[in-house]
Amino acid sequence: MTFLNSLISGLSLGSVYAIIALGYTMVYGISKMLNFAHGDVIMVGGYVSFCLTMYVGMNGWVALLIAMVVCTLLGIIIERLAYRPLRGTGSLAVLITAIGVSYFLQNAALLIWGANPRVFTSLFNGAETIHAANGQLTITPESLFTIIANIVIMIVLTLFVSKTKAGKAMRAVSEDNGAAQLMGINVNQSISMTFAIGSGLAAVAGVLMCSAYPVLMPTTGAMPGIKAFTAAVFGGIGSIPGAMIGGLILGIIEIFSRAYISTELSDAIVFACLIIVLLVKPTGLLGKKVSEKV
Amino acid sequence: MKNKTWTKIAVVALSCMMVFAMTACGGGSSDGGSEGGENVLHLGGVGPLTGPAALYGTAVKNGAQLAVDEINAANPDGLQLAWDMQDDEHDAEKSVNAYNKLVDDGMQVLVGTVTTAPCTAVAAEAFEDRMFALTPSASGPAVTEGNDNVFQLCFSDPNQGVASADYIKENYADKTVGVIYNNADNYSSGIYDKFKSEYEAGGKKLAAVEAFSDDANADFTAQLNSMKDAGVDLIFLPIYYTPASNIMTQASKMGYDVTYFGVDGMDGILDLEGFDTSLAEGVLLLTPFTPYSDDENVQNFVKAYEDAYGETPIQFAADAYDCVYAVYDAFQKTGLDASASYDEICEAMIGVFTGGDFKASGLTAEEMQWDASGEVNKTPKVCVIEDGKYVEQ
Repeated sequence: MTFLNSLISGLSLGSVYAIIALGYTMVYGISKMLNFAHGDVIMVGGYVSFCLTMYVGMNGWVALLIAMVVCTLLGIIIERLAYRPLRGTGSLAVLITAIGVSYFLQNAALLIWGANPRVFTSLFNGAETIHAANGQLTITPESLFTIIANIVIMIVLTLFVSKTKAGKAMRAVSEDNGAAQLMGINVNQSISMTFAIGSGLAAVAGVLMCSAYPVLMPTTGAMPGIKAFTAAVFGGIGSIPGAMIGGLILGIIEIFSRAYISTELSDAIVFACLIIVLLVKPTGLLGKKVSEKV
Repeated sequence: MKNKTWTKIAVVALSCMMVFAMTACGGGSSDGGSEGGENVLHLGGVGPLTGPAALYGTAVKNGAQLAVDEINAANPDGLQLAWDMQDDEHDAEKSVNAYNKLVDDGMQVLVGTVTTAPCTAVAAEAFEDRMFALTPSASGPAVTEGNDNVFQLCFSDPNQGVASADYIKENYADKTVGVIYNNADNYSSGIYDKFKSEYEAGGKKLAAVEAFSDDANADFTAQLNSMKDAGVDLIFLPIYYTPASNIMTQASKMGYDVTYFGVDGMDGILDLEGFDTSLAEGVLLLTPFTPYSDDENVQNFVKAYEDAYGETPIQFAADAYDCVYAVYDAFQKTGLDASASYDEICEAMIGVFTGGDFKASGLTAEEMQWDASGEVNKTPKVCVIEDGKYVEQ
């Protein structure tokens, strides 16, 4: 039973990582930059949803939709103000800016919401936990919904990228920015859209994560952000199915090493696995091998 | 060209926002300016006013401010106190910098620092400088060890571990006991070590021990499953209340019914916004201070605090309040003038604190006494949470 229980927790945690990892991987794919502020957008999503349900008394699902809208706008604004002006100035400048934006968001949250941790009310409050096998197997509604949401998001996103015009434009930009522009694709718009989608998903991840692990602080997004970034690299950064697989594997390794090996070493084991994967396959599990043309 | 203008605008906008954020965070701590020549003793404090531990620093800042205001108002012609608290974000390096700034600004006695890890670093500096320090809340043993001028007003970590183990052995002898602790935090692992050795001294065994690292949002199902499988019905939680609330929520979702026993870090769990406090019913914790006490002094303090800051004080505020009074009383006993230099004050204060007949009474204990080790003789009280209030056991 421990095995099944751990598998479900692992899948659920992994699904949260996967949804966050999508934001990293898509943004990296299209603009070759690491958006370290992504983790903090999750936190903003959590806080917006928290405030709407606690202070305005809104339904959790409506609050989730509004949080998605807010985060989408936030993503577009961050890209417009902080990253677009630096496009083409070298990756180091953008990287430092991303770290700056991350700290800015954390401190702004500290200013607005204060340092006191809040406890998030689960979206599924009132829904029954499923007990099976004489109560030994427990499936919380949070983990069930997180796993389903992850699968749905993954399917919709894959279809969007491969079938729609906007999705194809995004792929073209990520393949070759210059050539895409010559073909009449609005590169700025494609990049903005990528940030918008990534940030909207971050809000979903934030609400799902806080439903399962209910503590909300200005630094809430930092650690999951780093883990999800790891998941994106693990699966092959730039690849959408890679983010999903990377996230799920990471979540499962983390929970299983806690359940069977040691709770103290779980993070060390997760990152050791990352190092091994990168040693064997430097581009990650599903990463493409890009040969540099001279 | 267009690109460049945008870059400039973005840089200017971002730096404006940063400056704004910084000034806003550091605001309001400049009320300790020197009143030159008058009978004013300058107290300095260092603690986290921003960052994840800000709750504690803010409580200390407010609690001490309340005591300073009271003392100044009660005796306007006598010795006056000035209080200046600086932010260290719970970071040792920033804490030492903040301490040095206070020394430059004319601090004569340090009330701080608030958290253990930074305090260990500052205590070493204070020892070198001969600056007297009384910390309201840094409970680690490393704070006072080897530093004859650093004293604690809170009970120490080893003391808490031993007291918890003894209490559980005595009152819950038939329970199967497990521990979940934070192995990335020396406060938590320090208490756990003492707890384990004391609990297992009589031949008893801990049924399960699990750890986590500094991540309040963690998934605790693996740890809880391990507790459940080991048949644990009392979990000792030597951790802060934020991860503890997370553990309680997850355990309740699993349908795992268990008694929790926390230490002073558990204080604050009832004030956690959004937390379903019914989950904390029956939680046992060690605390020197409860805002629900019938004691008249406590009630006056709670009322003054609520009026001034709009929230119920936690024990850190009470500890800081007591610290200011203890320093004030001890300073009166030294017979020194407020114009004395800080190293003169330091030697005289050590004399008073370790002299044997100095007793400080306050909100967190009656007749507190110190010896040369720097530890206070306070005994931890065990409280249980009933109907959303602490009830002394």
